[in-house]
Amino acid sequence: MNANDVLLKVVGLKKYYNGGKVKALDGVDCEIRAGEVVVIIGPSGCGKSTFLRSLNLLEMPTAGEIFFEGEKINDPKIDINLHRQKIGMVFQQFNLFNNLNILQNVTLAPTKLLKQTSGEAQKNAMDLLNRVGLADKAQNYPSQLSGGQKQRIAIVRALAMKPDVMLFDEPTSALDPEMVGEVLEVMRELARSGMTMVVVTHEMGFAREVGSRVLFMEDGVIVEENEPNAFFAAPQSQRAKDFLSKVL
Amino acid sequence: MTNWVLAAGPSLGEQFKLNFIDGDRWKWIVDGLLATLEITAVALVIGIVIGVVVAAVRSSYEKNKDTMKAKGGVGYAVLCFFNAVCKLYLTVIRGTPTVVQLLICYFIIFSKWTNGIPVAMISFGINSGAYVAEIFRSGIMSVDEGQFEASRSLGFGYLPTMRYVVVPQAFKAVLPALGNEFIVLIKETSIAGYVGIMDLTKAGDLIRGRTFSAFMPLIAVALIYLTLVMLLTWLLGKLERRLRKNER
Ligand SMILES: Nc1ncnc2c1ncn2[C@@H]1O[C@H](COP(=O)(O)OP(=O)(O)OP(=O)(O)O)[C@@H](O)[C@H]1O
Ligand SMILES: [Mg+2]
Repeated sequence: MNANDVLLKVVGLKKYYNGGKVKALDGVDCEIRAGEVVVIIGPSGCGKSTFLRSLNLLEMPTAGEIFFEGEKINDPKIDINLHRQKIGMVFQQFNLFNNLNILQNVTLAPTKLLKQTSGEAQKNAMDLLNRVGLADKAQNYPSQLSGGQKQRIAIVRALAMKPDVMLFDEPTSALDPEMVGEVLEVMRELARSGMTMVVVTHEMGFAREVGSRVLFMEDGVIVEENEPNAFFAAPQSQRAKDFLSKVL
Repeated sequence: MTNWVLAAGPSLGEQFKLNFIDGDRWKWIVDGLLATLEITAVALVIGIVIGVVVAAVRSSYEKNKDTMKAKGGVGYAVLCFFNAVCKLYLTVIRGTPTVVQLLICYFIIFSKWTNGIPVAMISFGINSGAYVAEIFRSGIMSVDEGQFEASRSLGFGYLPTMRYVVVPQAFKAVLPALGNEFIVLIKETSIAGYVGIMDLTKAGDLIRGRTFSAFMPLIAVALIYLTLVMLLTWLLGKLERRLRKNER
């Protein structure tokens, strides 16, 4: 895969709940290219999570098409599990597997799905854990870690599958303020390494500094999209102006 | 025989001799106890097998009905059918007294069988299965949805997700309830006498009928049940502590 290749493409994406009463997404079109860090912002309930979760089909679209690496993935004939292996996801609530220790959390999917030997998977896991400074926690259980540590492990768990793109749904929103920095630092480093990232966040500083593009959503549609500095300096739409005046 | 009835009160030693030693009546107790244990053990196994299957169907239905409905096809219809069968089973079993079920099994469904013990095993097994199924189902539903989504996002399918992530956590969560069901089952087999089985309770009652002395045999029976239950409670507590230690 080359830089600038379109990794994810979304066409006319709609997601309705309750038989159409709730229009979480109401026609979203978007392309995400390799190496980009796309930051999605917008007021609560505007459909950010729904959009992000549609990209790996945790939410089934009501209408529209989603292409990943050129293949339409919201198609009943497609084995979505194979595609999900290449799409890492990090959740607001970390969702580490409570029944497994940290090393097992990280090696489970590579051994079972990528058929890595356990030695290979463990070495890889320890390298990644070292990168986020948590190698000494390998034998601990999730309940023994702080929120910031859990989230860094969750990132490592996703990275262990060597994904082509990483999705983040408000990765720092459930953290105590003093732990936000350590997680953002890992994400910053990941962006620097060239990982393609789609990040839903309320961290405007991060969006501005790391993002290569900002998508501003409201009421289930992308209202505005721009390069971060331009977006934050001079938002075009009235709605983006209103939103930024509230959060900045 | 007759003089002790008229006497002011036979000593405990005499009562003991009369009820258990004379005519080798202790053997009735031992045989009864064995029958109780046999029926409980086999019923437990049948109950767990039924419980696992029914819980699997019911929770698969609850977790997948929306996506499968969207996909359509035979799979959804089959799942709906099995779910309906399971629901009917649960309603009937939980809505009728265990004694009535046992009588129906013995005098109607298996009326050709002369030995009551296998009938009781099946009857109690079918009965227990309904409660075990609901215990397992509630356990599966109690596992946080995020655990499920994290596993799916890595590329695991529904069944591997159940196997590696959900069921191990559910099992730990339901162990106390499962142990309780086991204890209930042991005591519930005491109605086996209704279909001519000499279980522990019936043995005590037979001795009482023979010796016209109620105290010794009935208290002995009660103490044996109590010992069994306390032993089980202790074992289950140990198992629970072992499982919990795994996580801290
Ligand atoms: N399972 C669901 N059933 C019904 N409505 C839903 C469901 N999930 C989301 N919604 C609705 O869809 C809309 C978009 O929700 P979504 O979670 O995508 O918003 P969001 O932008 O991520 O908000 P937040 O910033 O609070 O996380 C909201 O109005 C929400 O109430
Ligand atoms: Mg959200």
